[in-house]
This record gives sequence, structure tokens and C-alpha cells, in this order.
Amino acid sequence: MKKLFSDYGMLLVLLVLCVLFSALTVTTQHPGGEEGARDLLKQIAKSQPDGGRVLVATRDTQEDGEFSALLEKELTADGYEVVLVSGQATDALKALKELVEQGQQLDVIACTSESAGWLVFEDVAGDHPKLGAPVLLKPESYRWPVFLNKQNLLNISNQIAVIAILAIGMTMVIIAGGIDLSVGSLIALSAILTTWLIRETAGAVDADAFGMMFSSLGGILACGLVGLFTGLMVTVFRVPPFIVTLGMMLVASGVAYTVAEGLSIHQVPDSFVWLGRGADFLSIPNAVVLMLLLYGAAHYMMSHMKMGRFLYAVGGNEEAARLSGVPVRRVLLFAYVCAGLLAGLGGVVMASQLKSGSPTYGQMYELYTIAAVVVGGTSLMGGEGKMIGTLIGAFIIAVIQNGMNLIGVEPYTQKIVLGAVILIAVWLDKVKQGAVGKGK
Amino acid sequence: MAGTPGNPLLEMRGVAKTFPGVKALTDVALTLQRGEILALLGENGAGKSTLIKILGGAHSPDKGEILIDGREVDIHSPVSSQAAGIAIIYQEFNLVPALSVSDNIFLGQEKTRFGILNRAEERKKTRELFQRLEVDIDPDAICNTLTVAQQQIVEIAKALHLNARILVMDEPSAALTGQEVERLKDIARELRSQGIGIIYISHRLEEIFSLCDRVTVLRDGQNVGEAKVDEINRQQLIEMMVGRELKDEFPPRQGAVGGTKLEVKNLSRGEVVRDVSFEVREGEILALTGLMGAGRTETVRLIFGADPRESGSILLEGRELRIDSPRDAIAERIGLLTEDRKLQGLVLPHSVRENFALPNLNWLSRGGIVNGRQEREAFDEYASSLKIKIPHREQAARNLSGGNQQKVVLAKWLARNCEVLIFDEPTRGIDVGAKYEIYCLMRELAAKGRCILMISSELPEVLGMADRILVMHEGRITGEITDVPSATQEQIMELAVK
Repeated sequence: MKKLFSDYGMLLVLLVLCVLFSALTVTTQHPGGEEGARDLLKQIAKSQPDGGRVLVATRDTQEDGEFSALLEKELTADGYEVVLVSGQATDALKALKELVEQGQQLDVIACTSESAGWLVFEDVAGDHPKLGAPVLLKPESYRWPVFLNKQNLLNISNQIAVIAILAIGMTMVIIAGGIDLSVGSLIALSAILTTWLIRETAGAVDADAFGMMFSSLGGILACGLVGLFTGLMVTVFRVPPFIVTLGMMLVASGVAYTVAEGLSIHQVPDSFVWLGRGADFLSIPNAVVLMLLLYGAAHYMMSHMKMGRFLYAVGGNEEAARLSGVPVRRVLLFAYVCAGLLAGLGGVVMASQLKSGSPTYGQMYELYTIAAVVVGGTSLMGGEGKMIGTLIGAFIIAVIQNGMNLIGVEPYTQKIVLGAVILIAVWLDKVKQGAVGKGK
Repeated sequence: MAGTPGNPLLEMRGVAKTFPGVKALTDVALTLQRGEILALLGENGAGKSTLIKILGGAHSPDKGEILIDGREVDIHSPVSSQAAGIAIIYQEFNLVPALSVSDNIFLGQEKTRFGILNRAEERKKTRELFQRLEVDIDPDAICNTLTVAQQQIVEIAKALHLNARILVMDEPSAALTGQEVERLKDIARELRSQGIGIIYISHRLEEIFSLCDRVTVLRDGQNVGEAKVDEINRQQLIEMMVGRELKDEFPPRQGAVGGTKLEVKNLSRGEVVRDVSFEVREGEILALTGLMGAGRTETVRLIFGADPRESGSILLEGRELRIDSPRDAIAERIGLLTEDRKLQGLVLPHSVRENFALPNLNWLSRGGIVNGRQEREAFDEYASSLKIKIPHREQAARNLSGGNQQKVVLAKWLARNCEVLIFDEPTRGIDVGAKYEIYCLMRELAAKGRCILMISSELPEVLGMADRILVMHEGRITGEITDVPSATQEQIMELAVK
């Protein structure tokens, strides 16, 4: 545990942020849907253990539909008699009157937090004495941070997936002593090329899975080629990577606008959102699963494979690496091609999340990506850094953004806070390394 | 700032400094008189650098006091050190490479009128300073066009400009040629006659004897001795430094030299290497010597594929090698221990284990995946056989002494099973004790039939270690000495300036 924190000091920052936002977002929760239904089942079993007649009154919404469906299924199975009402207070009144006419007794009225407030239920025993004395039950409310809701946590992961995927390539490039400013534009390029290929070659909204897959591969490979070109400029012509990728950032963005003719492309099939919005594995979003798999592979490569060692060595001291027989050119090419391919993949994920491609995608993403890498403890000087650190860095940025949204901080203020947090995080890291105050 | 007679110029008393886990200095004292050159001696890690950094304000001492002219001064930053009249010339110069000589000298002290630089005035002052040092350097020359020796003189001029009365030179001769060292000594003597006190740090004992007045020796962060230079001999000084009796400076030659192993023919690259041909025999230590810039390093870089050659061929055991890059050379089992370990030999922030493994990953990995256990075992094996002193294999290479760094580099190539080992200035910046160990290792390797090509500017080392000597001058081989035991330094120098 101690080693974990000394290796990934930023993990502590992430945890502190999570605790902070949890504390700030504690509110009364009124469980609905299946969660509310399960709570209610326990209450019903307690108050009427011997069965009886239950009126389930809900609004006509999807969440309430899940609520009443689960209640009906479980209660019927346990031998209760269930009457369903879905709609408004007047519908509930009608149902109560029907029961009176049929001369039946009612034991329980099962409500959601909302329907429990309907006036018709205020004094059922007084209004309809013939029904007996039914108990009004609703799911118990409790206090819990919105931030920690499962849905919110999945949202954070899904929102950060694109930046986190880009940051893998960026980490490799920065560790090898370079920088890649083009990744933001490559998102747009890849999103546009993918959706354009779907529209032009795979049959637009009628495209099948194979068509979409090949179109996505097309977008990704194009970005890989851009990375290859960048790598060649850096290794063969010795142009500083800052300049090459600055140029490629403009070129890629321009190409995306040209191909899209300045518009967004939305002629894609509904199933295209599978990658960005689907959640097939344990209801974790597919994009998050993909991100985690990529991080696992990248971490393994950086820590256990020859190529990882080479990347660190080239970034740490290129000349010493060359004189030790490291194929410096190949290593740098590999890093830039990976950064390109991963940016392309990020573009496909984003197009899938938003079900369209637009040349405006990914603006400023290169900066968020670099921020994630640096906050994650990777040195911009090259030679030092960790893949998992970058993932933590990406989450720190996402948690700050999400947390500020939850507590209602304005977007402009959010930018200021985010910038300050990045500076503080890096400063803390330097303090930990003991470099502050020594003039280094 | 008139000094009170009777008090020494500088006195440091009871200085102690502890770094996390290391006691760098315990109760160290040092005195320096006006117009005196004091040699500060000690092996690497003895505490010289820490003491100097305390004087320069880069570290603050835990205990102790510093007196100048008998008055206690508070040195807590480089600025306060400067204000106290102390100037330190570190091995890594503090010059801005892209600025001119006079700009550098006046950096931070610019002569201005109404905020505008008065360059004419600066130039004039610079010339005056150089006159005082009796050297001729153009004040407008850009610093990175100067030789190392000239840059050093610029640093000295800068110190004089700041009215320094105490000048500390940390290994000033390490990167200088023989003639340049003589010039430096003349300057130091000139400054001494002007009343300046100089602390001179060097591993080259002959400089101490020919230049310094007194010597203070540190070992393991403590004073171990102080003597007037003319009352002590070389042997005693070395024993004081290493703390034990040292019988020989060089291990004896052993084993016989075999037949030709490595052969280079007609190597050329521009003006720096011109038509160089020679061979190295099995079990032989061949020294390649000459002045700085004679083309020695450039020649071995061609053999190693670090620079492209214009012509020439390289043969190993009669077979012509195709070497276009260091990778090719390494594949043919040639290893190069570079002159500059920090810039070219090691990835300093990385662990010694990773540095060791770098050229060996081919055999330490399968399918691109590094076998961590095999790697650690291989490292441990070489670390113990070369007696590398490290607390842990994850120790960053940066934190090792010069001798241990050199051993790590050597371990790298030994694990690679190199047949040909090229040592470029193998003992530069390495203390006496570690030097001897490196020499022993070289002898051992030769005895095992490896062939060793050694570049060295230190003539005693060349004469003590080599089986045969080649001398270079202006890119050509100007002479060969086969009867090394009866050769002299003068004989080599004659060939080196031919």
C-alpha cells in the first residue's frame, strides 16, 4: 500500500478529491425504479407477512414502470394480490373507487416517493372506510452523495475514456522525450473519416457491422499514417516534435473540415453507438472496458517488454541509448505511430458516443491529454513516468470537472479551477521529490 | 575589505553536513592563506564536493562556521557566497553558450546607461581582465565557439570581475591537454602573486606537486591530513587518500599477447580521421594517445559505428565486418566505454539494473518480453564480480561515484560477452582506489584473450598499462611505441606534436 502511494502519489490526490466531492454532494436520495421496489418489498413483507391485497400506484414513466413491474412480479410470486395503477392521482382515485364497488379490502398501498404525496392517499381509511385500513408504504429515503452514485461514476469513466485513450499514446511519446500536439485534431480527422466512409461506402444508415468496422479501421489507420509521418520528420529530418506536430495539428484539422465540407456527418446507423454508449460487460460502458484493456496492455508493455525499456532509455538519454545498441529511430517511430493510432481510436469512440462526426471534435484535447500525463507524474523531460499514473491523472481531471458540475460551478470558473489544480498537482509532486527550494 | 594581518583569508571550522542516510562531512576544517594555492584531495565521495558546495552556498551546513579575514560570514545562498568574495569554477561551466565572452562576464552585472547596454565599456573591461591574466581571447567571440580551456579562462575572468579573493577550481584540468594545463598553472600562479587564495581540486597528483603550496586531504567526510607539498611524496599522499598502503599504481602485466584479432584499414572521416590503420592483438592492451583533438575518440567512434565513416574497413579475426551503426558493432561483440559516462554512457536517472540491461535485452528477453528474474540474476552476478558498491540494484545511476559508474558501464559490455572493448579515458574523474580496480579489470580481461583498445591522455596511465602505444596527431597515426617499459613521456609527446 505504501509503495502504491509512493509510486503513484497522485492516487492520494484523486482519493482526496473523491472524498471532497462526495461530502459536497450529499443529498437526500429517493430511490425509485428497481432499487426502490426492492426496498419496498422488504417493507411489505414486514407489515403484511401473511399476504394480502396491494395497490401499486405509480406515475407513467420508464423508471416507475420498472418499479411496478418488479413489485408485481415478486409480490404475485409471494402470493399477494396486486392491483396496478399507472398515471396520475385521478387514476388512483378511480382504482380505489373500483375496489370499493367490488367490495374488496385493501391492505397495502405501495407508492414511489412521488405518488406517496398524492392527495387521494392522504386519508384513505377516512375517505373509503369500506376498504379497511390500508397502510401507505413508500421506499425509504436516505442521505448519500450524488457523486458516488453508480451511474455518476460510470459517467465519469465514460466521459474520460477518449482523453484517457489518447493519453496512452501521449505518455509513450513524452516518455520517449517527445510531444504530440496533433492528437486533438486527429480525433476530428478520424471521426470525420470514419463517418464519411460509413456514409459514402458502407451504405449510410443501413451500414452493417462489417461496414462500420472497416470504416473505423480506415479512420484509425489514417491517423496512424499521420503518426508515421510525424515520426519520420522527427527521426530522419530532425525537426523538433513540437514543430512537426503543431504543423500536423493544423493539417489534420484542415483535412477534416475539407472532407466534411465544414458540416457534421450524422448519416450513421443506430447501432453505431454500440462502442460509445453500449454497456455489455457487467453494465460497464464498452468504451470504459476498451480503455481499461488498453491501459492493461500499455502498462505491461512499458514495464515488462523490451520496447518499453527502449522508450524509457531513448527519453532518458538518447545518445547513451544509441551507443548501447537501442534502435532509436524505430523506437521513436513506434511511439508516434501508436499515438496516432490511439488518437484515431479516440476519434471513433467519440463519433460513436455522439453518433456523428464533426470537424470540431477534439479541440483542446491535446492540452487535456498532456495535462493528464503530467498530472500523472510523467516528466516532460522524458525518461520518467508511468502508464497507470496517466490513468490516475485522467481521472483527476474528469473528477474535478464532474464534481464541479454536480455542485453547480459555472463553466468559466471550472476552467480556472482546473488550471489551478493541474499546477498544484504538479507542484505537490515536485515537493514530494524534494526538488523545491533547492533551486533545481 | 582589508584583511587583518595574522588571520587567514578563509577558515572553515567544524563543518558537518548530513544528507538523508549519509554523513557527508563530520567536523571538517580547512584554512586558506592569502596568496596560497591549497590542494583539496580525496577520493570520490570523500566530501570534497559537499565542502565546496557549502562554500559556494549551494548547500547549507548543519554545523560549523566560515570565517573570512577572521570574521564570521553567513553563507546561505550562491549570492551571499559571491558577496563574500568567493568564486567557484565547477566542472560544468556556468556560461551561456550562445552569448559572447563579454556578455557572459557581465551577466547579471551589466553596464548600462539609462537601461541600455554599454557594450563598449564591457568590452574594454573584458580586455583589461584578459590582460591581467595575460591571455588573448576576443571579447566578442561566442562562448560555444571557444575551446574548453578558453571557456575556463572566461570563467576565471568572470570571477576576477566579481572581485573574488577566494577562487575554487573543481578539477580544472580534467578536460585540458598538456599544454593547456601548463597555461592554466601559469594563470593560477599569476593570481597567487596578486594575493588571491586558490583551492585546487584535482585527481592528477603531478599537478599538485608542480603547482600547489599545501594540501588538505579528506577521507570519508573527515580531515585525514594536511601537509606542505614539498614535505610529502607521492606515495604518502596516495596512502593518505586511500587510507591503506598502496604498493603499485598499476597492476603488473600478465599473460602473453597472441595473434591479430581486430584490424582496421584506411579509416577516414573528413579532417578528423585520416587514413588510420592498425591492429589489436588477442590479449593486448593497445593505447591510443595524443593531444586533445588528435582524432582518437573520433577514430574509435568510427570503429563502433557511432559516426559514419567515409572509407576504410574493419576486420575481426580476418572477417570483414559490416558496421553502419552501434547496433552492428554490438552484434559483432564490440563494446565502447565512452569518454563521457554521464552524457553518453549511462541513462543517469534510470536504475543501474536498467542501465546494465540496455544492450543485453536481446538475450534477456524472449518474444519482446523481458525476463525480469534472469535480468536481476545477471546483474547481481556482474555486480558482485566487478565489486560494484551499490545499496540496491534500483539505485539511480546518477547517484553513483565515478568509479562505480564506470564499472556499471563495463558490466554492460561484459555481460554482452564483448571480444573487443574500447575504453575511452577509462579513469577520467575516478579516484585513485577505484582507478586501480579498473586497471586490474582491464588486465584480467586481456589475460582472458579479449582485445582492449584504450584511449588516454594521462601519460603515466598509458605507460603503466599499455602493451603497445599508438600516438595520433591531427587525425593521423604519427608513431608506434612497442617497447613500452623503456618508453618515456617525452618520447610520446614528441610524436604527439609532430
